Amino acid sequence: MNHQRRTVLRGVGAAGAVGVAAAAGLLRPTEVYAAPRSVFDAKDAAGVMRGLGAGGAAESGQIVVKAPDIAENGAVVPVEVTSNIPGTESIAIIAEKNASPMVADFDLKGGAEGFVSTRIKLANTSPVRAVVRAGGKMHTAAKEVKVTIGGCGG
Amino acid sequence: MAMKIRATMVGDSADVKVLMNHPMETGTRKDAKTGQTVPAHYISRIVATVGGKTVLEADTGPAISKNPYLAFKVKGAKSGDKVTVAWEDNKGEKESAEATVG
Repeated sequence: MNHQRRTVLRGVGAAGAVGVAAAAGLLRPTEVYAAPRSVFDAKDAAGVMRGLGAGGAAESGQIVVKAPDIAENGAVVPVEVTSNIPGTESIAIIAEKNASPMVADFDLKGGAEGFVSTRIKLANTSPVRAVVRAGGKMHTAAKEVKVTIGGCGG
Repeated sequence: MAMKIRATMVGDSADVKVLMNHPMETGTRKDAKTGQTVPAHYISRIVATVGGKTVLEADTGPAISKNPYLAFKVKGAKSGDKVTVAWEDNKGEKESAEATVG
């Protein structure tokens, strides 16, 4: 950790400051736009969208949500989101029909492209929605995934 | 088994793939033997740096699959850049690892 900290300290400006906070223990940096943690408590997709400030998000053909048409095992569903919107700042993933739909919110900076790939749990057949923030504006797209066996406990 | 990071240059971007070890318990699953509910235990925050710059900060919940996989791409990175990934979970446990862009 010490070695990482020294490297981070060589960074300049805001990126360096954020890095120091991160190295010091994943402290939340002061971000104007970051979605509140409470968005994970929302119990429906509309609540998550409000929490993300994406209530009025425009459907965008420039966002590609790649996921299987049918997921036999809802516990492990690969999801890849590519945003071709210039200046993409964050990508959030929402499993609309999960009891708690918010999955994750990825802030991208320092050269990170509008791309994220992960694996998520789906309780039921559901749209998997991506919400992209770019230039302070919210955009969205979704892909329906049919689930054979749900993946959220039981 | 520790966290695994693989970072390779593809064109002028670093392609970073991370595999973390974590149970990612939702807090709703019942243990098959005891019938007891397994308490929630999941990674809630992930921070990644490449070449000393923060490139990704994620807030995550228990709907990320067990042993989380994460991939991202960083433009302008170069071979030899150091990659660090650190996570923290809802119980305050932490882990970090580093790799070099190949």
